Amino acid sequence: MTEAQALLEVNGLKKYFPIKSGLLSRTVGHVKAVDDISFSIKRGETFGLVGESGSGKSTVGRTILRLTDKTAGEVKFGGVDLYDLQPDELRRLRPKMQLIFQDPYSSLNPRVRIGDAIGEALLDHGLASPTEVRGRVLDVLNACGLSSYHFDRFPHEFSGGQRQRVGIARALVLNPDLIIADEPVSALDVSIQAQIINLFRGMQEKQGLTYLFISHDLSVVEHLCSHIGVMYLGTMMETGPRDELFRDPLHPYTKALLSAVPVPIPKLKRERIVLNGELPNPADPPPGCKFHTRCPFAVARCREEVPLFRDVGNDRKVACHLV
Amino acid sequence: MSTIHAEEAGAAKAVPVRTAPHASMWRQSLRRLLKNKLAMLGFAVVAFMFAACFIGPLFSPYTDNKINMAVMNNAPSLKHWLGTDALGRDVLARVLLAGRISLTVGLASMVLSVFVGTLLGVIAGYYRGVVDQLVMRLADLLLTIPSLPLLFIFGALLSEWKVPTDYRMYIVMLMLSIVGWPGLARMVRGQMLSLREREYMQATVVLGLRDRRKLFNHLLPNLVPLIIVIATFNIGGAILSESVLSYFGLGVMAPTPTWGNMIDAANNMIDFQDHPWLWIPPGFSIFATVIAINIFGDGLRDVLDPKQKR
Repeated sequence: MTEAQALLEVNGLKKYFPIKSGLLSRTVGHVKAVDDISFSIKRGETFGLVGESGSGKSTVGRTILRLTDKTAGEVKFGGVDLYDLQPDELRRLRPKMQLIFQDPYSSLNPRVRIGDAIGEALLDHGLASPTEVRGRVLDVLNACGLSSYHFDRFPHEFSGGQRQRVGIARALVLNPDLIIADEPVSALDVSIQAQIINLFRGMQEKQGLTYLFISHDLSVVEHLCSHIGVMYLGTMMETGPRDELFRDPLHPYTKALLSAVPVPIPKLKRERIVLNGELPNPADPPPGCKFHTRCPFAVARCREEVPLFRDVGNDRKVACHLV
Repeated sequence: MSTIHAEEAGAAKAVPVRTAPHASMWRQSLRRLLKNKLAMLGFAVVAFMFAACFIGPLFSPYTDNKINMAVMNNAPSLKHWLGTDALGRDVLARVLLAGRISLTVGLASMVLSVFVGTLLGVIAGYYRGVVDQLVMRLADLLLTIPSLPLLFIFGALLSEWKVPTDYRMYIVMLMLSIVGWPGLARMVRGQMLSLREREYMQATVVLGLRDRRKLFNHLLPNLVPLIIVIATFNIGGAILSESVLSYFGLGVMAPTPTWGNMIDAANNMIDFQDHPWLWIPPGFSIFATVIAINIFGDGLRDVLDPKQKR
């Protein structure tokens, strides 16, 4: 694979959840959780997917991994469309793409010792012989800042931060190419967040990992990600390299998000863009640009015509008529 | 110098690689169960009943069917602790041997219905779709028929077909498991459906684990507490049902004693008024055993499955 080729390519991905109602549970509509999303991640990149709650970030991650089925579009991992694979082919490819869950409490089975939880996938994929497993697990435990004596413990004996380390160790032991991290630090204390984020960084340097980092926390994303995608109501609004996007946000929504990030300089006067109202109902999104109901710069065209997600140079793409 | 090093190496090796087993949820549950006095009382009574019924008769000079016309309807005495019946048989020996039958029937039919119910429930909950529909509709069908009348019909058929008395005990076990499994299968299926949506089960999908490991290492350990609790209550229910059947002469038949048919044998005005030692011991045995099992089951449920309410 050449360096330029994308490790993960998402094209026109859609995920609609049917709304059923009535006696015969007829489908009366769809929640458009993910509505025509495209982006790609190159090997070694960290792509941060940001957006407010309910914007469909997590659904993107889950649909990529086929935890839920797509409605349309394609997901190419290393050139292979994951949705073309037979169940067994998919299962054998799974170690290469791992997910780190948001909630470190519910993502570990309370009745499985963490050493077993980390090692069992190695066995099932024949990546280690039963005699080697323990050594491999101990290595990854240590690499993730846990100790060897944690091997035989149960999840309830760990703190939230430690559990998240277990979750990370469980993914890392498989030597994946891609890690999708679904808000991996938002359930943790701020002091622990920094540790976990540094762990992510260290692992990337050591193993050359590629991350899809889903978060609503822009300061975390800025710290960790090389590229950023901004989602709003199931649609990608803007993508681009971190530095350019933070220096010069193009989409009004990105501007609003960035203006909300706290800055540790109290005297700095900033122009705050405060959005009014709530996220519209994703079952009945506004026509035209989905953001026009809350956009301070909206014009007539925004209400009628859906803006194209177009290339604006410098590796940046944006979906806005005004740019 | 080199010997010291060798010793050190040996000492390092002697340190067990696996550290002491950590408190699993099982261990914690056991600890809490041992602290639950009422549950332990229930367990003690059940254990006593089992011990008495299975070991007790070995020390008795009497057997269940030894007829002795010289001592008909004797009141309790030092020779016959619980008296004798109309045929001069020792009531204590009969109660204990009847207990063997009743407890065995209860236990065996529980094992059978737990096996069938768990298997079908797991299959239905894991594969869903058509299999689920088939299994659950069959279970619904059995659940819509009230179980006691169904058992009566089965029992009447057995008598009609002149099934040998020796076999009736086994057929009663089978009958009780037929009415016992659907409820269990339902609960197991429900638990399966709820478990498969848990995030740690989604994690097993992402990890690409084999179905076998998902089932045996992840799902079953989370089902077992539920199964243990239902199984415990099931034993009590099965003992009770067996007694009812035998009382109506549709279960295990005389001369094989069971608690139910012993009460039935004393079911007349004279025995009721004048020979209470004929019906109080088997009646009390049923009462004590079933209550004790249910109390123990309650304690188990509190410990293993605190979210479930009955």
